[in-house]
Amino acid sequence: MVGCGPSDSKQEIILNLLRLKGVASHSMSIPALEVAAGECVCLSGPSGAGKSLLLRAIADLDPHDGEVWLDGRESREFVPRDWRRQVGMLPAESQWWRERVGEHFAEVDETRWQALGFGRETLDWEVARCSTGERQRLALLRLLANKPRVLLLDEPTAALDPASVQSVEAMVAAYREEHRAAVLWVSHDPAQMQRVASRQVRIVAGRLEEAA
Amino acid sequence: MNVIALSPFDLSLTALLVLLLAFLSWRLQLGMERRLLVAALRTTIQLMLIGLVLKVLFDHVQWWWVSLMALIMLLVAGREVMARQQRRFAGWRGYGVGTSAMFVSSFTVTLLALIVVIGNDPWYQPQYAIPLLGMVLGNTMNGIALGMDRLTSGAWQQRTVIEARLLLGQGAMEAVSDLRREAMRVGMIPMINSMAAAGIVSLPGMMTGQILAGTPPLEAVKYQILVMFLITAGTGFGTMVAVWRGARSLFDERERLRLERLANS
Repeated sequence: MVGCGPSDSKQEIILNLLRLKGVASHSMSIPALEVAAGECVCLSGPSGAGKSLLLRAIADLDPHDGEVWLDGRESREFVPRDWRRQVGMLPAESQWWRERVGEHFAEVDETRWQALGFGRETLDWEVARCSTGERQRLALLRLLANKPRVLLLDEPTAALDPASVQSVEAMVAAYREEHRAAVLWVSHDPAQMQRVASRQVRIVAGRLEEAA
Repeated sequence: MNVIALSPFDLSLTALLVLLLAFLSWRLQLGMERRLLVAALRTTIQLMLIGLVLKVLFDHVQWWWVSLMALIMLLVAGREVMARQQRRFAGWRGYGVGTSAMFVSSFTVTLLALIVVIGNDPWYQPQYAIPLLGMVLGNTMNGIALGMDRLTSGAWQQRTVIEARLLLGQGAMEAVSDLRREAMRVGMIPMINSMAAAGIVSLPGMMTGQILAGTPPLEAVKYQILVMFLITAGTGFGTMVAVWRGARSLFDERERLRLERLANS
């Protein structure tokens, strides 16, 4: 199912893993945004500008106008849960619903866990006793276990110390390389955007501007 | 098996007790006297009226009168379920989910009891049909109201967790699986408790009434057991249907949590 406009050439679809067309919900409205496979687009802008709304719309968590395409297929062609597995969103605040960490994981990728400072023993930890930062890193591991093709990260390093920030950035970069994933990264930190972004865009008052 | 008929004087005597209680509440400034008296008045008028209705109904055994009565009972119970929820579904959903679940479970269970178990001729003999339906419906209503209230208020409180589970690729029903279990439990526990305590702690009202009316205790007990089972089945199935349909209604066809479908009362 390829779109009908003349701009929807085959090549463009392959080039751009994630494509947005006229996505809008509430006060947020994004005419177009494309993220290529292996590309990391950083999204910044004042709070309340609609960054989280945009991520929620892409993950199909909010009703929205417009279309979101993954690798040439529109989101409505997917079963909702498959869509959200492939277009994985990491909310700013991680949520846990069982008592222990291990109950939220089906499998453990040990190298990845070690890279973020965890081990097998972490599975027995009580979620309530983990720090916010630990929970945030664990939430990233939980998301990556789904092997999403697109990562939507909502300030993934907001509660982390500098060393953890570095390891999370490295992990996302490695994942992006390995799986040719498209990453949309919401950040407030200009230095971080310099480090991780292939390209930067700003949302101001619900509208998109491309930064230099 | 003669019933000792109560005279208006007998009733007035017991009414005095309520008046005394109201007086005490007024003197002690408990502020309950008004509500107490209004409720006492309501119970008198409502029960008198239903007594009259039942008398007419028993004198004219017609299936459409019985059906009309059953329909009215169902609609009122449906309204009651809705009124008891803090956050209920807005619009037709708020009424439809509870009422349809009550209809499916209470009516099926009561019909089964009337046709298969009791086997009256005609099966809709109002003397059996209306009280049985009333008891099953009343308890089912409680169960459904409790279960739905837990479901909707829980969904509201746990919205971020539910959405996080959706984001990780869980289906809608899976994302609220804990909540559904809890709502079911809350809806069914009162019934299970009352079965467990029946006869030891409490003498159920229906059985007590039959005994007061002169029925031999063992016969009354058998009826009470029958009614208990019917009520349990009605409440259980009704709560299951309501919680399941309610949980579905929390989501749209794209499995998004749509809390704006809940209205705050």
